[in-house]
Amino acid sequence: MALKVAIIGFGNVGKGVARVLSERKDGLFKVIAIADSKGAVIDEDGLDLAKVLELKNNGGLVRTSKSSMDVVRGYDYDILVEVTPTDAKTGEPGLSYIREALKRGKHVVTSNKGPVALKYKELKGLAKENNAHFLFEATVGGAMPVFNLMRAPLAGNRITGIMGIFNGTCNYILTRMANEGLPYDMVLSEAKELGIAEADPTYDVEGIDTALKLVILANAVFGMDVKLEDVDRVGISGVCLEALKLAGEAGMVIKLIGEVRPNGEEAVLKVSPRLVPKNHPLAVQGTLNAALIHTTLAGDIYVIGKGAGSIETASAILSDMLYIASSR
Amino acid sequence: MRITMDLELKDIPGQLVKALEPISDAGGNIVSVVHHHEQRTNRGTIPLQVVFDIEDGLGALKEKLESRGIKVVGFNQLRLLEHKTVVLVGHIIHSDIRDTIEQIDSTGYAEVVDLAMSMPGISLKSSARIGINAAGKEEMKKAIRLLRSIAKEKDLLLIEPIETEEM
Repeated sequence: MALKVAIIGFGNVGKGVARVLSERKDGLFKVIAIADSKGAVIDEDGLDLAKVLELKNNGGLVRTSKSSMDVVRGYDYDILVEVTPTDAKTGEPGLSYIREALKRGKHVVTSNKGPVALKYKELKGLAKENNAHFLFEATVGGAMPVFNLMRAPLAGNRITGIMGIFNGTCNYILTRMANEGLPYDMVLSEAKELGIAEADPTYDVEGIDTALKLVILANAVFGMDVKLEDVDRVGISGVCLEALKLAGEAGMVIKLIGEVRPNGEEAVLKVSPRLVPKNHPLAVQGTLNAALIHTTLAGDIYVIGKGAGSIETASAILSDMLYIASSR
Repeated sequence: MRITMDLELKDIPGQLVKALEPISDAGGNIVSVVHHHEQRTNRGTIPLQVVFDIEDGLGALKEKLESRGIKVVGFNQLRLLEHKTVVLVGHIIHSDIRDTIEQIDSTGYAEVVDLAMSMPGISLKSSARIGINAAGKEEMKKAIRLLRSIAKEKDLLLIEPIETEEM
């Protein structure tokens, strides 16, 4: 029988999930509701996703007045796909939706970093109490498998540290500065025009987004209990062209690196611009993300991939959904 | 210049002083002394490694040590084995780059071996690439920690290299 799915949030990621699901013909999932801030579309027999997407794109989507919370509380679904925007300070409104769904014993798959970074322990506990899965592959590195990789292919290994590039916007800016010799302000404006950076890019360039992902990794992979404020954080706004040139002359590039190592006196939890040799696997270009996972048995594992994009993020969400389907 | 000297001492009282005295007398500044009691040679002597700074007179020092019955197994200038490059951004000149370098050099275990600077304008922030050599991994860590505190104090952005070896 198909698993019933409710999608909360119908922005880029929500649309990506709907598109990816609409193209699957195996009948494994049936979307019964999609809700956003304007209301909800509901069909308990399963929505025609292609039709909903078409109407959404041409502005003709007619919603009922049900709120997202009405859907989370009142409908019969198996998996809640929570893809509302991240609020790093409160985690809301996603946090309330996730809490509510888990309390009802519903599985939750999310791409929303706020709730995972702020309340990982509580939400994981709620999930366990209510015999539900709480999965969040899409929160770190978009399409790049990180948590899934540790769940199966690297099972049996102890992970001793993770270091990587977890923000495509910063990587784009630094790559462009280094390759084209353009100053920070100019590349930032360009990135805004191209839609790579937000109108207010603080969240990315000051390393807050990377720090949130580190908190998720620290808590979920290493069982730490850390908060955003615990991350030693420096962004890229102080990285000037001259510094990149000097690094380049010595065969290196500058990247915004997030690093978490849980062990002993050399424990590290920091985000900062770092020198990376040009021939190192972490010296990835453009908007790519990359992670280096130190393991006890497998040695160093590198994962490189697209950190954002609606379909890429949907890929990570789908992999979590398939995991839930397979563990029924 | 910095010298690492390997000596062998007889296992009788007073030998350590006998070995170190001539170094001080020759104007040498002793940085480190490691007494390898556990690695006794098959001749029954105890290896001693001394690191010191000295201007000249190394030949005379060796003769003096040997005349005191201390075997000089070998000596060479200290090799600084670890190398790292960092980049600093900020008001590097105004915050006294010379002092920054001297603080590293005066540790005795690390030194600045390379410096490249870029200054786009008198009031703008400048950047410097600094190459550091250190006696070993631990010494390098200490040198980087020192540099971090200097950068913090002088309000400079310190861009450190990633660890490219196993953690």
